Amino acid sequence: MTRTLSYAPAPGAAPLHRMVRSQALMETRLLLRNGEQLVLAVAIPLLVLVGGVQAASVVALGDARPVDVLTPGVMALAVLSTSFTSVAIATGFERRYGVLKRLGASPLPRTALLAGKVAAVLLVETLQLSLVAAVGLGLGWQPHGGLTAALGAVLLVVLGTAAFCALGLLMAGILRAEATLAAANLVYLLLLAGGGVVVPIDRYPDSAAAHLGLLPSGALAEGLRDVLSGAGLATGPVLVLLVWAVAAAALTARTFRWE
Amino acid sequence: MPDAVGDHVFGTASGTASGTASGDGFDALPPGCSADVADAPMTSPVPNAGGGPVGRTTGDAAVVVDDLVMTYGDVLAVDRLSFEVAPGTVTAILGPNGAGKTTTVETCEGYRAPQAGRVRVLGLDPRRDRRRLGARVGVMLQDGGAWTGARAGEMLRHMAALHAHPLSVDGLIERLGLGSCGRTTYRRLSGGQQRRLSLAMALVGRPELVFLDEPTAGLDPQARHVTWELIGELRTAGVTVVLTTHYMDEAERLADQVHVIDRGRLAASGSPAGLAARGAENTIRFRARPALDLTALTAALPEGSAVVEPTPGSYVVTGKVVPETLATLTAWCAGQGLLPESLHVERRSLEDVFLELTGRELRP
Repeated sequence: MTRTLSYAPAPGAAPLHRMVRSQALMETRLLLRNGEQLVLAVAIPLLVLVGGVQAASVVALGDARPVDVLTPGVMALAVLSTSFTSVAIATGFERRYGVLKRLGASPLPRTALLAGKVAAVLLVETLQLSLVAAVGLGLGWQPHGGLTAALGAVLLVVLGTAAFCALGLLMAGILRAEATLAAANLVYLLLLAGGGVVVPIDRYPDSAAAHLGLLPSGALAEGLRDVLSGAGLATGPVLVLLVWAVAAAALTARTFRWE
Repeated sequence: MPDAVGDHVFGTASGTASGTASGDGFDALPPGCSADVADAPMTSPVPNAGGGPVGRTTGDAAVVVDDLVMTYGDVLAVDRLSFEVAPGTVTAILGPNGAGKTTTVETCEGYRAPQAGRVRVLGLDPRRDRRRLGARVGVMLQDGGAWTGARAGEMLRHMAALHAHPLSVDGLIERLGLGSCGRTTYRRLSGGQQRRLSLAMALVGRPELVFLDEPTAGLDPQARHVTWELIGELRTAGVTVVLTTHYMDEAERLADQVHVIDRGRLAASGSPAGLAARGAENTIRFRARPALDLTALTAALPEGSAVVEPTPGSYVVTGKVVPETLATLTAWCAGQGLLPESLHVERRSLEDVFLELTGRELRP
């Protein structure tokens, strides 16, 4: 008891930008500190990239150089892990442990909470994608298309993040925290194996290929493979991601329970 | 963003008036203008026998709960509850488990909409004006409220960053004895440390009103005393405190006003002393030589007193025991040349009153 605090009331909300920044940095630290999520976000994508390049003779990836096919797909996988799986699980437990409830009684508006969450996801994705790109380049990846392609890739990542975040929140809003944990990991693995993420869609059987491009995972990965190989930004994937983002956001807004 | 102290305007009497709301309206002074709170006569403790509202609708209340009804399915959790909280006071909501304390407080915090009746906090609607109240009201939940992976200091710093003029985070951590666990994640804190962090989170934004839901549950005696001291300091600083508890000694020690809730209804209201003295049948016991003249002694004592000698040489004086009773008794004994031995004055505690009001059987 060496210090005297004055509890005289001086209430007031912080400026919005300060609240969003604090929320974003808090969520970023929590994401980076979570060991299990780092396995999905970093370890598995890098394992797929390095392993895929080593085993390229076994896995039929098509005519292009394996590392050029794999790197954009692994980038899509990294986006999926953070914007969908991590967001769903973290949000499920935020509700479970009363964090959303407590923040609901703070000056933080819900829009600022969401903005903080999305900013945290984008920050973590930046770290992930830099790492994947660095490892890819180390393995001989040769992206094409210059700055235009890079901007196209950023657009796809942002749209994919929006779609996956909305889907992750949708799942966290409907299921219990434990069920979200299980389901979000399962979806990650299913999409990794059969969602058109790592293996190009044209390597799938025709019956499957027709539908895979309509999945957000397939659209993001295929769009990234196209644009980073210098084929330009295709409108198809952009539209698919946009529709998913809008539809999932609308559904989430109707179903999400904050407490 | 303007500093929110006293910048709100009352006068929303139209609000969401329920059918049974009294028509007094809420068009009075902003909080802080009620200089006469401390002098106000203590509401005489009236048991809410009829189930109707007992709180008068005075416009300057920090919290108004008026004829509140809350149900969970078929279960009536809060049953036409009414009370008011005067600004700058400490109010304890006392009741057994499942009495409806948390439901009531969470309705005041804006987490639930009243199913009937109405609730006003700082003159505002806790749900509709939730954002504005978020800056002015501090909330300590009964459990949880922090990321399990967040460090104690980091969690508190984040809460501080949401407010315009937060308290010193380091100062608060030190005050609550959390200095050694600033880098410990929430899930690794002990239950008592989690409670203290939760209290710190309620205070860090320098609110004018705090809702503390069982602030000392699971605390060791030292931490409990620190919390009690802190609540006293809040009161001194002019912060209005509403806390729930089922510890009688806590209510007795901290509260200016106690509302006893049982099965969702207001069982009694008043100051701790007023409640304990309610219909007070206190007792004096003493020993002296057997076969005293009880008729003479009774005549000497204040009216309404009775004296019996249950076993020879052992006496019990019952009735309204006031200081004069004791003085008269000892004077009468002195007149008889008697020295009363083992003289005890037995005062009812709030706990006795509580058990009397809410029954002694265990609740499911």
